[in-house]
Amino acid sequence: MKFDPIYMITVVMPQLLWALPLTLLLTISSSVIGNILAVPVALARLNPNPMLWVPARVFIFTMRGTPFLIQLYFIYYGLGQLIPGWMMRGFPFLKDGIYYAIFALSLNTAGYTGEILRGAILAVPHGEIEAARAFGMSRFQVFWRITLPRAVRICLPTMSSETILLLKATSIASLVTVYEVMGTATTIRVDTYRVYDTLIGAGIVYFVTVYFLTRGLNWVERKLNKDRMAIPVSGKTAAAQA
Amino acid sequence: MAAEQSLWATLAWGETGYGDEFFRGVYTTLGISASAYAIAFGIGMLGAWAKLCHVKSLNRAGEVYTTVVRSVPELLLIILIFYAGTSTLSGVLVALGLAERGVEINPFAAVIAALGIIYGAYLTDVLRGGIQAVPKGQIEAAKAFGMHAPQRFIRIILPQMVRYAISGLGNQWLNITKDSAFVSVVADVGDIMAVGRGAANQTKHFIFYLGATAVVFMIVSGISMYVTGRLEKRANRGVRRA
Repeated sequence: MKFDPIYMITVVMPQLLWALPLTLLLTISSSVIGNILAVPVALARLNPNPMLWVPARVFIFTMRGTPFLIQLYFIYYGLGQLIPGWMMRGFPFLKDGIYYAIFALSLNTAGYTGEILRGAILAVPHGEIEAARAFGMSRFQVFWRITLPRAVRICLPTMSSETILLLKATSIASLVTVYEVMGTATTIRVDTYRVYDTLIGAGIVYFVTVYFLTRGLNWVERKLNKDRMAIPVSGKTAAAQA
Repeated sequence: MAAEQSLWATLAWGETGYGDEFFRGVYTTLGISASAYAIAFGIGMLGAWAKLCHVKSLNRAGEVYTTVVRSVPELLLIILIFYAGTSTLSGVLVALGLAERGVEINPFAAVIAALGIIYGAYLTDVLRGGIQAVPKGQIEAAKAFGMHAPQRFIRIILPQMVRYAISGLGNQWLNITKDSAFVSVVADVGDIMAVGRGAANQTKHFIFYLGATAVVFMIVSGISMYVTGRLEKRANRGVRRA
Protein backbone atom coordinates (compact mmCIF):
# COMPACT_ATOMS: atom_id res chain seq x y z
CA MET A 1 0.00 0.00 0.00
CA LYS A 2 2.35 2.67 -1.27
CA PHE A 3 1.58 5.88 -3.11
CA ASP A 4 2.45 5.50 -6.79
CA PRO A 5 1.97 8.76 -8.75
CA ILE A 6 2.49 7.09 -12.13
CA TYR A 7 -0.22 4.51 -11.47
CA MET A 8 -2.46 7.29 -10.19
CA ILE A 9 -2.04 9.43 -13.32
CA THR A 10 -2.12 6.67 -15.92
CA VAL A 11 -4.71 4.27 -14.51
CA VAL A 12 -6.81 5.98 -11.86
CA MET A 13 -7.15 9.52 -13.17
CA PRO A 14 -8.69 8.68 -16.58
CA GLN A 15 -11.44 6.67 -14.89
CA LEU A 16 -12.08 9.44 -12.37
CA LEU A 17 -12.27 12.08 -15.09
CA TRP A 18 -14.69 9.82 -16.93
CA ALA A 19 -16.88 9.90 -13.80
CA LEU A 20 -16.61 13.68 -13.38
CA PRO A 21 -19.61 14.48 -15.66
CA LEU A 22 -21.83 12.47 -13.33
CA THR A 23 -20.61 14.47 -10.31
CA LEU A 24 -21.32 17.67 -12.23
CA LEU A 25 -24.74 16.39 -13.30
CA LEU A 26 -25.61 15.63 -9.67
CA THR A 27 -24.40 19.07 -8.59
CA ILE A 28 -26.13 21.07 -11.30
CA SER A 29 -29.48 19.25 -11.28
CA SER A 30 -29.75 19.28 -7.48
CA SER A 31 -28.70 22.92 -7.38
CA VAL A 32 -31.35 23.94 -9.92
CA ILE A 33 -34.16 21.89 -8.35
CA GLY A 34 -33.13 22.74 -4.79
CA ASN A 35 -32.83 26.48 -5.39
CA ILE A 36 -36.22 26.59 -7.12
CA LEU A 37 -37.79 24.67 -4.22
CA ALA A 38 -36.12 27.07 -1.81
CA VAL A 39 -38.39 29.93 -2.95
CA PRO A 40 -41.68 28.39 -1.71
CA VAL A 41 -39.86 27.20 1.44
CA ALA A 42 -38.65 30.73 2.20
CA LEU A 43 -42.08 32.22 1.44
CA ALA A 44 -43.85 29.67 3.61
CA ARG A 45 -41.36 30.35 6.41
CA LEU A 46 -42.12 34.10 6.21
CA ASN A 47 -45.90 33.66 6.02
CA PRO A 48 -47.74 34.68 9.21
CA ASN A 49 -50.11 31.70 8.84
CA PRO A 50 -48.93 28.92 11.17
CA MET A 51 -50.25 26.30 8.73
CA LEU A 52 -47.43 27.44 6.45
CA TRP A 53 -44.59 28.62 8.63
CA VAL A 54 -44.64 25.69 11.05
CA PRO A 55 -44.13 23.00 8.37
CA ALA A 56 -41.51 25.18 6.67
CA ARG A 57 -39.66 25.59 9.93
CA VAL A 58 -39.81 21.88 10.69
CA PHE A 59 -38.56 21.12 7.19
CA ILE A 60 -35.64 23.55 7.47
CA PHE A 61 -34.72 22.28 10.91
CA THR A 62 -34.83 18.67 9.72
CA MET A 63 -32.55 19.40 6.79
CA ARG A 64 -30.10 21.46 8.85
CA GLY A 65 -30.25 19.42 12.02
CA THR A 66 -29.53 15.95 10.64
CA PRO A 67 -26.51 14.67 8.70
CA PHE A 68 -27.04 14.45 4.95
CA LEU A 69 -25.97 10.82 5.17
CA ILE A 70 -29.15 9.98 7.13
CA GLN A 71 -31.34 11.95 4.76
CA LEU A 72 -29.92 10.03 1.83
CA TYR A 73 -30.24 6.64 3.53
CA PHE A 74 -33.79 7.49 4.58
CA ILE A 75 -34.78 8.36 1.02
CA TYR A 76 -32.85 5.54 -0.65
CA TYR A 77 -33.59 2.67 1.72
CA GLY A 78 -36.73 3.99 3.40
CA LEU A 79 -38.72 5.47 0.53
CA GLY A 80 -37.23 2.89 -1.82
CA GLN A 81 -38.83 0.24 0.37
CA LEU A 82 -42.26 1.83 -0.03
CA ILE A 83 -42.20 1.52 -3.81
CA PRO A 84 -44.08 -1.69 -4.68
CA GLY A 85 -42.28 -4.47 -6.52
CA TRP A 86 -44.32 -4.25 -9.72
CA MET A 87 -43.34 -0.61 -10.08
CA MET A 88 -39.69 -1.45 -9.61
CA ARG A 89 -39.96 -4.06 -12.37
CA GLY A 90 -41.98 -1.77 -14.63
CA PHE A 91 -39.66 1.21 -14.20
CA PRO A 92 -36.12 -0.11 -13.78
CA PHE A 93 -34.76 3.40 -13.30
CA LEU A 94 -36.37 3.37 -9.85
CA LYS A 95 -33.59 1.01 -8.79
CA ASP A 96 -30.93 3.52 -9.77
CA GLY A 97 -29.42 5.30 -6.78
CA ILE A 98 -28.81 8.47 -8.78
CA TYR A 99 -32.46 9.59 -8.73
CA TYR A 100 -32.65 9.11 -4.99
CA ALA A 101 -29.39 11.02 -4.64
CA ILE A 102 -30.66 13.94 -6.73
CA PHE A 103 -33.93 13.94 -4.75
CA ALA A 104 -32.11 13.95 -1.41
CA LEU A 105 -29.56 16.58 -2.47
CA SER A 106 -32.34 18.81 -3.84
CA LEU A 107 -34.35 18.65 -0.62
CA ASN A 108 -31.23 19.34 1.42
CA THR A 109 -30.37 22.36 -0.73
CA ALA A 110 -33.97 23.59 -0.51
CA GLY A 111 -33.73 23.53 3.29
CA TYR A 112 -30.43 25.38 3.53
CA THR A 113 -31.11 27.88 0.74
CA GLY A 114 -34.66 28.42 1.99
CA GLU A 115 -33.29 29.74 5.27
CA ILE A 116 -30.69 31.88 3.48
CA LEU A 117 -33.31 33.26 1.11
CA ARG A 118 -35.59 34.10 4.03
CA GLY A 119 -32.90 36.35 5.47
CA ALA A 120 -32.26 37.91 2.08
CA ILE A 121 -35.96 38.64 1.48
CA LEU A 122 -36.09 40.41 4.84
CA ALA A 123 -33.01 42.41 3.83
CA VAL A 124 -34.61 43.86 0.69
CA PRO A 125 -34.96 47.61 1.34
CA HIS A 126 -38.53 48.40 2.26
CA GLY A 127 -38.58 51.57 0.16
CA GLU A 128 -38.17 49.56 -3.04
CA ILE A 129 -41.21 47.45 -2.27
CA GLU A 130 -43.23 50.56 -1.40
CA ALA A 131 -42.13 52.18 -4.64
CA ALA A 132 -43.23 49.10 -6.58
CA ARG A 133 -46.63 49.19 -4.86
CA ALA A 134 -46.91 52.90 -5.66
CA PHE A 135 -46.36 51.97 -9.30
CA GLY A 136 -49.50 49.86 -9.05
CA MET A 137 -47.81 46.46 -9.24
CA SER A 138 -49.78 43.51 -7.89
CA ARG A 139 -48.37 41.49 -4.99
CA PHE A 140 -47.14 38.83 -7.39
CA GLN A 141 -45.53 41.42 -9.64
CA VAL A 142 -43.80 43.04 -6.70
CA PHE A 143 -42.39 39.68 -5.63
CA TRP A 144 -41.41 38.51 -9.09
CA ARG A 145 -39.93 41.79 -10.33
CA ILE A 146 -38.53 43.42 -7.20
CA THR A 147 -38.27 41.26 -4.08
CA LEU A 148 -36.99 37.98 -5.55
CA PRO A 149 -34.30 39.40 -7.89
CA ARG A 150 -33.11 41.73 -5.13
CA ALA A 151 -33.06 38.93 -2.54
CA VAL A 152 -31.18 36.57 -4.85
CA ARG A 153 -28.56 39.22 -5.47
CA ILE A 154 -28.21 39.88 -1.75
CA CYS A 155 -27.63 36.22 -0.90
CA LEU A 156 -25.60 35.34 -3.98
CA PRO A 157 -22.26 35.05 -2.14
CA THR A 158 -23.80 32.67 0.42
CA MET A 159 -25.54 30.71 -2.33
CA SER A 160 -22.31 30.21 -4.23
CA SER A 161 -20.56 28.84 -1.17
CA GLU A 162 -23.59 26.56 -0.68
CA THR A 163 -23.05 25.30 -4.22
CA ILE A 164 -19.46 24.39 -3.37
CA LEU A 165 -20.74 22.51 -0.32
CA LEU A 166 -23.26 20.78 -2.58
CA LEU A 167 -20.53 19.66 -4.97
CA LYS A 168 -18.67 18.15 -2.02
CA ALA A 169 -21.86 16.54 -0.71
CA THR A 170 -22.40 14.70 -4.02
CA SER A 171 -19.52 12.44 -2.95
CA ILE A 172 -21.87 10.96 -0.34
CA ALA A 173 -24.01 9.61 -3.19
CA SER A 174 -21.23 7.05 -3.67
CA LEU A 175 -22.60 5.29 -0.57
CA VAL A 176 -25.82 4.47 -2.43
CA THR A 177 -24.07 2.93 -5.45
CA VAL A 178 -23.75 6.05 -7.58
CA TYR A 179 -20.48 5.79 -9.50
CA GLU A 180 -19.49 9.43 -9.58
CA VAL A 181 -15.91 10.49 -8.80
CA MET A 182 -15.90 9.26 -5.20
CA GLY A 183 -17.82 6.08 -6.10
CA THR A 184 -15.40 5.27 -8.90
CA ALA A 185 -12.44 5.90 -6.61
CA THR A 186 -13.96 3.60 -4.00
CA THR A 187 -14.55 0.86 -6.57
CA ILE A 188 -10.91 0.99 -7.72
CA ARG A 189 -9.76 1.14 -4.11
CA VAL A 190 -11.72 -1.94 -3.12
CA ASP A 191 -10.64 -3.85 -6.25
CA THR A 192 -6.93 -3.03 -6.09
CA TYR A 193 -6.33 -2.24 -2.39
CA ARG A 194 -4.66 0.98 -3.50
CA VAL A 195 -5.86 3.46 -0.88
CA TYR A 196 -3.60 6.43 -1.59
CA ASP A 197 -3.60 6.40 -5.39
CA THR A 198 -7.36 6.37 -5.62
CA LEU A 199 -8.23 8.74 -2.78
CA ILE A 200 -5.52 11.29 -3.54
CA GLY A 201 -6.50 11.14 -7.20
CA ALA A 202 -10.13 11.80 -6.33
CA GLY A 203 -9.02 14.58 -3.97
CA ILE A 204 -7.14 16.25 -6.82
CA VAL A 205 -10.16 15.96 -9.13
CA TYR A 206 -12.40 17.56 -6.48
CA PHE A 207 -9.87 20.26 -5.69
CA VAL A 208 -9.53 21.33 -9.33
CA THR A 209 -13.31 21.16 -9.90
CA VAL A 210 -13.98 23.29 -6.83
CA TYR A 211 -11.35 25.77 -8.00
CA PHE A 212 -12.99 26.24 -11.38
CA LEU A 213 -16.50 26.25 -9.93
CA THR A 214 -15.46 28.98 -7.48
CA ARG A 215 -14.01 31.05 -10.32
CA GLY A 216 -17.17 30.55 -12.37
CA LEU A 217 -19.49 31.50 -9.50
CA ASN A 218 -17.37 34.56 -8.70
CA TRP A 219 -17.71 35.61 -12.31
CA VAL A 220 -21.50 35.25 -12.16
CA GLU A 221 -21.53 37.24 -8.92
CA ARG A 222 -19.49 40.04 -10.48
CA LYS A 223 -21.80 40.11 -13.51
CA LEU A 224 -25.02 40.24 -11.48
CA ASN A 225 -23.83 42.42 -8.65
CA LYS A 226 -21.89 45.05 -10.57
CA ASP A 227 -23.54 47.88 -8.66
CA ARG A 228 -23.00 46.25 -5.27
CA MET A 229 -19.26 45.82 -5.71
CA ALA A 230 -17.06 48.23 -3.78
CA ILE A 231 -15.61 50.90 -6.00
CA PRO A 232 -11.85 50.35 -6.04
CA VAL A 233 -10.21 53.63 -5.06
CA SER A 234 -6.68 52.43 -5.58
CA GLY A 235 -5.04 49.04 -5.86
CA LYS A 236 -4.03 49.03 -2.22
CA THR A 237 -7.41 49.79 -0.63
CA ALA A 238 -9.18 47.30 -2.92
CA ALA A 239 -6.75 44.60 -1.80
CA ALA A 240 -7.26 45.56 1.83
CA GLN A 241 -11.01 45.28 1.45
CA ALA A 242 -10.83 41.89 -0.23
CA MET B 1 -51.84 -1.67 14.72
CA ALA B 2 -50.20 -4.45 16.64
CA ALA B 3 -47.17 -4.44 14.36
CA GLU B 4 -46.64 -0.73 14.87
CA GLN B 5 -46.96 -1.00 18.61
CA SER B 6 -44.30 -3.66 18.68
CA LEU B 7 -42.07 -1.39 16.56
CA TRP B 8 -42.34 1.38 19.13
CA ALA B 9 -41.62 -1.19 21.81
CA THR B 10 -38.29 -1.96 20.17
CA LEU B 11 -37.13 1.51 21.18
CA ALA B 12 -37.42 0.44 24.81
CA TRP B 13 -34.55 0.40 27.25
CA GLY B 14 -32.69 -2.83 27.93
CA GLU B 15 -32.09 -6.07 26.11
CA THR B 16 -35.28 -6.05 24.07
CA GLY B 17 -34.98 -2.56 22.66
CA TYR B 18 -32.61 -0.15 20.97
CA GLY B 19 -33.26 2.69 23.40
CA ASP B 20 -30.11 2.20 25.45
CA GLU B 21 -28.06 1.58 22.29
CA PHE B 22 -29.20 4.91 20.91
CA PHE B 23 -28.42 6.60 24.21
CA ARG B 24 -24.92 5.16 24.22
CA GLY B 25 -24.66 6.21 20.57
CA VAL B 26 -25.36 9.81 21.57
CA TYR B 27 -22.68 9.54 24.22
CA THR B 28 -20.19 8.14 21.68
CA THR B 29 -21.04 10.72 19.03
CA LEU B 30 -20.68 13.57 21.51
CA GLY B 31 -17.42 12.08 22.79
CA ILE B 32 -15.95 11.80 19.31
CA SER B 33 -17.18 15.28 18.40
CA ALA B 34 -15.90 16.92 21.58
CA SER B 35 -12.45 15.31 21.36
CA ALA B 36 -12.16 16.14 17.66
CA TYR B 37 -13.34 19.69 18.37
CA ALA B 38 -10.67 20.12 21.04
CA ILE B 39 -7.98 18.99 18.57
CA ALA B 40 -9.49 21.17 15.86
CA PHE B 41 -9.46 24.16 18.22
CA GLY B 42 -5.75 23.66 18.91
CA ILE B 43 -4.98 23.28 15.21
CA GLY B 44 -7.22 26.26 14.46
CA MET B 45 -5.35 28.49 16.93
CA LEU B 46 -2.02 27.44 15.42
CA GLY B 47 -3.42 27.90 11.91
CA ALA B 48 -4.80 31.34 12.68
CA TRP B 49 -1.45 32.33 14.10
CA ALA B 50 0.35 30.91 11.05
CA LYS B 51 -1.93 32.82 8.71
CA LEU B 52 -1.53 36.12 10.58
CA CYS B 53 2.14 36.06 11.57
CA HIS B 54 4.85 37.87 9.65
CA VAL B 55 6.54 34.79 8.23
CA LYS B 56 5.60 34.48 4.57
CA SER B 57 6.14 30.72 4.36
CA LEU B 58 3.86 30.11 7.35
CA ASN B 59 1.16 32.31 5.79
CA ARG B 60 1.46 30.23 2.65
CA ALA B 61 1.33 26.95 4.55
CA GLY B 62 -1.79 28.02 6.44
CA GLU B 63 -3.42 29.09 3.20
CA VAL B 64 -2.66 25.76 1.49
CA TYR B 65 -3.98 23.78 4.47
CA THR B 66 -7.31 25.57 4.67
CA THR B 67 -7.83 25.73 0.91
CA VAL B 68 -7.15 22.03 0.38
CA VAL B 69 -9.33 20.87 3.27
CA ARG B 70 -12.18 23.17 2.27
CA SER B 71 -12.29 22.02 -1.33
CA VAL B 72 -12.10 18.25 -0.80
CA PRO B 73 -15.19 16.33 0.41
CA GLU B 74 -15.18 15.48 4.11
CA LEU B 75 -16.07 11.86 3.39
CA LEU B 76 -12.96 11.45 1.23
CA LEU B 77 -10.72 13.16 3.79
CA ILE B 78 -12.04 11.02 6.63
CA ILE B 79 -11.38 7.79 4.73
CA LEU B 80 -7.97 9.02 3.58
CA ILE B 81 -6.79 10.27 6.97
CA PHE B 82 -8.20 7.17 8.66
CA TYR B 83 -6.23 4.77 6.43
CA ALA B 84 -3.15 6.93 6.12
CA GLY B 85 -3.10 7.59 9.86
CA THR B 86 -3.57 4.00 10.96
CA SER B 87 -1.08 2.53 8.48
CA THR B 88 1.56 5.22 9.12
CA LEU B 89 1.22 4.96 12.86
CA SER B 90 1.35 1.18 12.89
CA GLY B 91 4.33 1.33 10.50
CA VAL B 92 6.14 3.70 12.85
CA LEU B 93 5.32 1.57 15.89
CA VAL B 94 6.57 -1.59 14.15
CA ALA B 95 9.72 0.16 12.93
CA LEU B 96 10.48 1.39 16.45
CA GLY B 97 9.96 -2.11 17.77
CA LEU B 98 7.16 -0.94 20.05
CA ALA B 99 4.59 -3.22 18.50
CA GLU B 100 4.24 -6.47 16.62
CA ARG B 101 3.52 -6.56 12.91
CA GLY B 102 -0.18 -6.14 12.16
CA VAL B 103 -0.87 -4.01 15.23
CA GLU B 104 -4.39 -2.55 15.29
CA ILE B 105 -4.73 1.18 15.84
CA ASN B 106 -7.72 2.14 17.94
CA PRO B 107 -10.36 3.25 15.39
CA PHE B 108 -11.63 5.82 17.89
CA ALA B 109 -8.32 7.63 17.91
CA ALA B 110 -8.09 7.48 14.12
CA VAL B 111 -11.53 8.96 13.46
CA ILE B 112 -11.03 11.63 16.11
CA ALA B 113 -7.74 12.61 14.48
CA ALA B 114 -9.36 12.68 11.04
CA LEU B 115 -12.25 14.90 12.15
CA GLY B 116 -9.86 17.09 14.14
CA ILE B 117 -7.59 17.70 11.16
CA ILE B 118 -10.55 18.54 8.90
CA TYR B 119 -12.23 20.89 11.36
CA GLY B 120 -8.91 22.46 12.23
CA ALA B 121 -9.07 24.11 8.81
CA TYR B 122 -12.57 25.47 9.36
CA LEU B 123 -11.74 26.73 12.85
CA THR B 124 -8.55 28.32 11.52
CA ASP B 125 -10.63 30.68 9.44
CA VAL B 126 -13.23 31.27 12.15
CA LEU B 127 -10.55 32.17 14.71
CA ARG B 128 -8.56 34.22 12.24
CA GLY B 129 -11.70 36.23 11.49
CA GLY B 130 -12.22 36.75 15.22
CA ILE B 131 -8.67 37.93 15.78
CA GLN B 132 -8.82 40.28 12.83
CA ALA B 133 -12.10 41.78 14.03
CA VAL B 134 -10.45 43.16 17.19
CA PRO B 135 -9.90 46.88 16.51
CA LYS B 136 -6.31 47.64 15.68
CA GLY B 137 -6.20 50.73 17.86
CA GLN B 138 -6.65 48.58 20.95
CA ILE B 139 -3.64 46.45 20.10
CA GLU B 140 -1.62 49.60 19.47
CA ALA B 141 -2.79 50.96 22.80
CA ALA B 142 -1.75 47.72 24.49
CA LYS B 143 1.67 48.01 22.87
CA ALA B 144 1.93 51.59 24.07
CA PHE B 145 1.18 50.32 27.59
CA GLY B 146 4.24 48.12 27.22
CA MET B 147 2.45 44.77 27.09
CA HIS B 148 4.41 42.06 25.36
CA ALA B 149 2.85 39.80 22.73
CA PRO B 150 1.51 37.01 25.00
CA GLN B 151 0.01 39.60 27.34
CA ARG B 152 -1.59 41.42 24.44
CA PHE B 153 -3.06 38.13 23.24
CA ILE B 154 -4.41 37.00 26.61
CA ARG B 155 -5.58 40.36 27.92
CA ILE B 156 -6.80 42.16 24.80
CA ILE B 157 -7.32 39.86 21.84
CA LEU B 158 -8.64 36.66 23.43
CA PRO B 159 -11.49 38.16 25.50
CA GLN B 160 -12.71 40.20 22.55
CA MET B 161 -12.29 37.73 19.72
CA VAL B 162 -14.63 35.28 21.48
CA ARG B 163 -17.49 37.62 20.77
CA TYR B 164 -16.73 37.75 17.05
CA ALA B 165 -15.87 34.09 16.65
CA ILE B 166 -18.58 32.51 18.78
CA SER B 167 -21.26 32.13 16.12
CA GLY B 168 -18.74 30.53 13.75
CA LEU B 169 -17.50 28.28 16.55
CA GLY B 170 -21.06 27.21 17.30
CA ASN B 171 -21.77 26.48 13.64
CA GLN B 172 -18.69 24.32 13.33
CA TRP B 173 -19.64 22.42 16.48
CA LEU B 174 -23.00 21.67 14.87
CA ASN B 175 -21.26 20.56 11.68
CA ILE B 176 -18.78 18.36 13.51
CA THR B 177 -21.57 16.47 15.31
CA LYS B 178 -23.26 15.90 11.95
CA ASP B 179 -20.07 14.94 10.11
CA SER B 180 -19.25 12.46 12.84
CA ALA B 181 -21.88 10.32 11.05
CA PHE B 182 -19.24 9.61 8.39
CA VAL B 183 -17.31 7.73 11.02
CA SER B 184 -19.74 4.84 10.55
CA VAL B 185 -18.40 4.46 6.99
CA VAL B 186 -14.85 3.62 8.07
CA ALA B 187 -15.31 1.96 11.44
CA ASP B 188 -18.15 0.79 13.65
CA VAL B 189 -17.48 2.56 16.91
CA GLY B 190 -21.13 2.53 18.00
CA ASP B 191 -22.03 6.15 17.27
CA ILE B 192 -25.64 7.24 16.60
CA MET B 193 -25.38 6.54 12.88
CA ALA B 194 -23.91 3.07 13.38
CA VAL B 195 -26.65 2.15 15.87
CA GLY B 196 -29.40 3.42 13.57
CA ARG B 197 -28.02 1.71 10.51
CA GLY B 198 -27.41 -1.51 12.38
CA ALA B 199 -30.97 -1.55 13.72
CA ALA B 200 -32.39 -0.75 10.28
CA ASN B 201 -30.34 -3.43 8.55
CA GLN B 202 -31.20 -6.08 11.13
CA THR B 203 -34.93 -5.45 11.19
CA LYS B 204 -35.41 -4.13 7.61
CA HIS B 205 -37.63 -1.38 9.07
CA PHE B 206 -35.61 1.30 7.34
CA ILE B 207 -38.10 4.16 7.58
CA PHE B 208 -38.72 3.62 11.27
CA TYR B 209 -35.13 3.26 12.45
CA LEU B 210 -33.57 5.80 10.10
CA GLY B 211 -36.34 8.18 11.13
CA ALA B 212 -35.56 7.50 14.77
CA THR B 213 -31.87 8.14 14.06
CA ALA B 214 -32.75 11.44 12.41
CA VAL B 215 -34.84 12.42 15.43
CA VAL B 216 -31.95 11.61 17.77
CA PHE B 217 -29.66 13.82 15.68
CA MET B 218 -32.29 16.58 15.70
CA ILE B 219 -32.43 16.46 19.49
CA VAL B 220 -28.63 16.74 19.65
CA SER B 221 -28.64 19.59 17.09
CA GLY B 222 -31.51 21.34 18.84
CA ILE B 223 -29.70 21.30 22.17
CA SER B 224 -26.48 22.46 20.50
CA MET B 225 -28.32 25.33 18.81
CA TYR B 226 -29.94 26.37 22.07
CA VAL B 227 -26.67 26.31 24.00
CA THR B 228 -24.68 28.17 21.34
CA GLY B 229 -27.48 30.72 21.08
CA ARG B 230 -27.29 31.33 24.81
CA LEU B 231 -23.49 31.55 24.72
CA GLU B 232 -23.68 34.00 21.86
CA LYS B 233 -26.10 36.16 23.83
CA ARG B 234 -23.86 36.01 26.85
CA ALA B 235 -20.76 36.92 24.83
CA ASN B 236 -22.61 39.92 23.45
CA ARG B 237 -24.09 41.04 26.77
CA GLY B 238 -21.94 44.17 26.90
CA VAL B 239 -22.80 45.27 23.41
CA ARG B 240 -25.82 47.34 22.53
CA ARG B 241 -27.79 45.93 19.63
CA ALA B 242 -28.63 48.33 16.85
